[in-house]
Amino acid sequence: MPLPSPFFERTSKLCTSMSYKEWSGYYAVKSYETAYVPEYFAFRHSAGLLDVTPLFKYSVKGKDAASFLSRVMVKNINKLKVGRVSYLCWCDDDGKVIDDGTVMHISEEEFFVTSADPSFLWLKRYTRGYVVEINDVTDSICGLALQGPTSREILRKCTGYDIDQLKFFAVTEAVIDGFDVRISRTGYTGDLGYEIWTENKNALKLWDTIMDAGKDYDILPAGLDALDITRIEAGLILKGADYHNAAHVLIEDRKVSPYELGLGWTVNLDREPFNGQAALQLEKEKGSFWGTVGLDISWPELETIYAKYGLPPEVSGEAWRTSIPVYAEDDHYKQIGYATSGTWSPTLKKNIAIAILEKPYDVIGSQLQFEVTVEHTRHLVSAEVCKTQFFNPERKRSNPGLETVSA
Amino acid sequence: MNKYDAIVVGGGHNGLVCAAYLAKAGKKVLVVEKRHVLGGAAVSEELYPGFTFSVASYVVSLFRPHIIRELNLAEHGYEVIPMDCTFTPSLDGDPGLARWSDASLTRREVSRLSRKDAEVYGEFAIAMTAISKFTKEVIDHPAPDITSYHPRELKNLMRLGQAVKKLGPEMMHLNTKLLTMSAVDFLSMWFESERLLAPMSVSGIIGTFQGVRSPGTAYVLLHHYMGELDGAYRSWGFSKGGTGGISMACARAAESFGAEIRTEAGVAEIKMKNGRAVGVVLENGDEIEAKIVVSNADPNRTMLGMVGEDNLPDDYVTGLKRFKYRGSSGKVNLALDGLPDFACRPGFGGHLKGDITIAPSINYLERAYDDAKYGDFSKHPFIDCVIPTLTDPSLAPPGKHIMSCFVQYAPYHLKEGADTWPDRREEFGDTVVNTLAEYMPNLKSKILYRQVLTPWDIEKKFGLTEGNIFQGELSLEQLLFQRPVAGWSNYQTPIKDLWLCGSGTHPGGGIIGSGGELSAKTILRSGAV
Repeated sequence: MPLPSPFFERTSKLCTSMSYKEWSGYYAVKSYETAYVPEYFAFRHSAGLLDVTPLFKYSVKGKDAASFLSRVMVKNINKLKVGRVSYLCWCDDDGKVIDDGTVMHISEEEFFVTSADPSFLWLKRYTRGYVVEINDVTDSICGLALQGPTSREILRKCTGYDIDQLKFFAVTEAVIDGFDVRISRTGYTGDLGYEIWTENKNALKLWDTIMDAGKDYDILPAGLDALDITRIEAGLILKGADYHNAAHVLIEDRKVSPYELGLGWTVNLDREPFNGQAALQLEKEKGSFWGTVGLDISWPELETIYAKYGLPPEVSGEAWRTSIPVYAEDDHYKQIGYATSGTWSPTLKKNIAIAILEKPYDVIGSQLQFEVTVEHTRHLVSAEVCKTQFFNPERKRSNPGLETVSA
Repeated sequence: MNKYDAIVVGGGHNGLVCAAYLAKAGKKVLVVEKRHVLGGAAVSEELYPGFTFSVASYVVSLFRPHIIRELNLAEHGYEVIPMDCTFTPSLDGDPGLARWSDASLTRREVSRLSRKDAEVYGEFAIAMTAISKFTKEVIDHPAPDITSYHPRELKNLMRLGQAVKKLGPEMMHLNTKLLTMSAVDFLSMWFESERLLAPMSVSGIIGTFQGVRSPGTAYVLLHHYMGELDGAYRSWGFSKGGTGGISMACARAAESFGAEIRTEAGVAEIKMKNGRAVGVVLENGDEIEAKIVVSNADPNRTMLGMVGEDNLPDDYVTGLKRFKYRGSSGKVNLALDGLPDFACRPGFGGHLKGDITIAPSINYLERAYDDAKYGDFSKHPFIDCVIPTLTDPSLAPPGKHIMSCFVQYAPYHLKEGADTWPDRREEFGDTVVNTLAEYMPNLKSKILYRQVLTPWDIEKKFGLTEGNIFQGELSLEQLLFQRPVAGWSNYQTPIKDLWLCGSGTHPGGGIIGSGGELSAKTILRSGAV
């Protein structure tokens, strides 16, 4: 049986749809109301509040914490300044991705790590020789993601900390309503947003404070259905949907490297040894087999197919996560990859997907064929290869408050 | 006279599966069973009014999915309900360890003992699944004869070689370790917590006269892991109506294909003519002829008992006599007036519905083995209990329950001799109930009826030599092309037209059906009928 998160007392009263899913052993709201659409639009036009407690969370402390994390992660954490957050992944010895997550540099010798899979064992395996202590704080620290254009204004009302100071991918300790919180300018929506972490005992006060402050800014509790659409729009991959933990799969074909996943930019190769370094070096030199891309699936063609059946185009409002074949028309319709998740983007008015394609079919601008089923019949529609990041608003990383100060 | 193509001696599940396959191929088949009920050790009996017991074998996992399909067993009442939990109670204030099919819940339970163990579970499961996938290649085909150059044997070997190759280097190495290591050493490559290691390692000793630290027990562990229910590996379940339900489904399938089945028809001897088997002589003196005889009885009873040493080549007799039976387990079946209550985890809960394992520590298990090594039953035995009535209410009146307890060690060869077992049967039963009552203080007050089966009783009741539940130990030297005798693994015997189909043949014991299936397919291919 999943556990209720520390916010459950509040979230369960609001979740009138009774629609939950299991997320890492916790009950997680899929959508508060039967229709998740308002929650999606809150993320994009006001602010959505999402319970992210089920993320796995670790406190990594000690003299060697930075060099230890550099050993495990693909990125050189020695270079991560205090107060900064890094998004990255970590690999096995063969350079295949185990998990992705964030590393936050809290103070000189303290880091805060979040991950999708339980990672205590993985981290612990490499502590030998390092002065470092790892604490699994998954069940003692809770978290809320406050995401959307008005999230900064809401937080401004909640805390004395000057929220304008907090840049994109920065983290700070702060006080809300008398208790300690950690605020990171991070999130999974690709929008302006923050994640607020605190001890479980403060959970309900944190929820109430943010919800109260958000009233004038159209805050809405939001669930995972709305989140899924936003993360695909932002081109953010999801473990379990777009890739699998290399330690938990039976066959080599199910493993992917950071380069193949579009996370090559997180890899720092030239430095002290780290997990998967040799394999990643070799892959960098020889080239990868797969590439992860975005697909813009042709709407006019879809309309034409539906029209044949006398129907207007119907797309599921919900994001999907089933594997869908992608073919190359100019190569005898050979299957050259598959889409792993996708959605209709209400903001971009596009039918988009994240796909893993054989190279060289992953070149931006390539025209491929995407399988759709209309009235129980399979069809192909064109899909254009594009960057995974479909949606990337200025506000995500801008600092209007700071700019005013410096002007 | 109405001559049969084949007579199957013994209506155990393998005999019935064999009969069904032969009958399905159009052969005229007769099954003769000594007892009044079918099933052999996979049998359901009403021992106490209103209570149907899985008297001997009590849970299912290994039964091959393709046999279910090929014999339409689902249509004939084959129904297995998966178990959701394995519970290991404790006595020292800890709430005990419950492992569930809900992975997150299990992670939470195990992380109380060790966070590392909680997370390594996933990696262990992947390794075991990879090896089980390979093992499928081994158990679903006759054992290859490594001494033969016959194209069929070479092809079989090559198929295995390819399967090994597919494992990849890492799993190949692991497989080698699995074949040679002890259950505890093997599991310790992943896990560190004794409270987890102890209940996990017991799968390595079931039915063998070995301890969890004895080399070779890791393989037995795998034998219990490679089962699959509805495509899910390593899952165990309850057969509806008890394990006899599976045997009855096999019997109905056999009958649907035209096989005849006679109970209370024990075989006194295999009828021979010019060194060939030509039928059977029943205990009542009736003689029945057939082109071939297939025996579901164990190799010892069939060859030394029903054929006789005099009719067999000497090296075969020597080989058979070296085949180890030495039963090591007993069974205590209880009818209960209500549910027992665990002191460490009081009240009703899912932990009562699955496997309940009394295995508090590795030393506890080793000490239990020590007693047996020197010819006594364990003072504090390893016990594996199930309460099937919580899953299948048809087995007992409403509110009443059955508790089925597999107990190890109970060595067939007591130091005063196997024949002293009848004098010690109730003392053994008391030891088991007393051990359980330490964990479930209200247990004794709930007992309405108790049946104690020592290995001596298992031999007498089910005809299993020395009470070995697998018709011979599942140790590496008694598997594959050496089961039951080197060179005679292909279900054949030195007696022409006499075949074996029970657990004493490849791939061995458990309610698996493979002996029955593979023997029938081998017989049909050989053209013997």
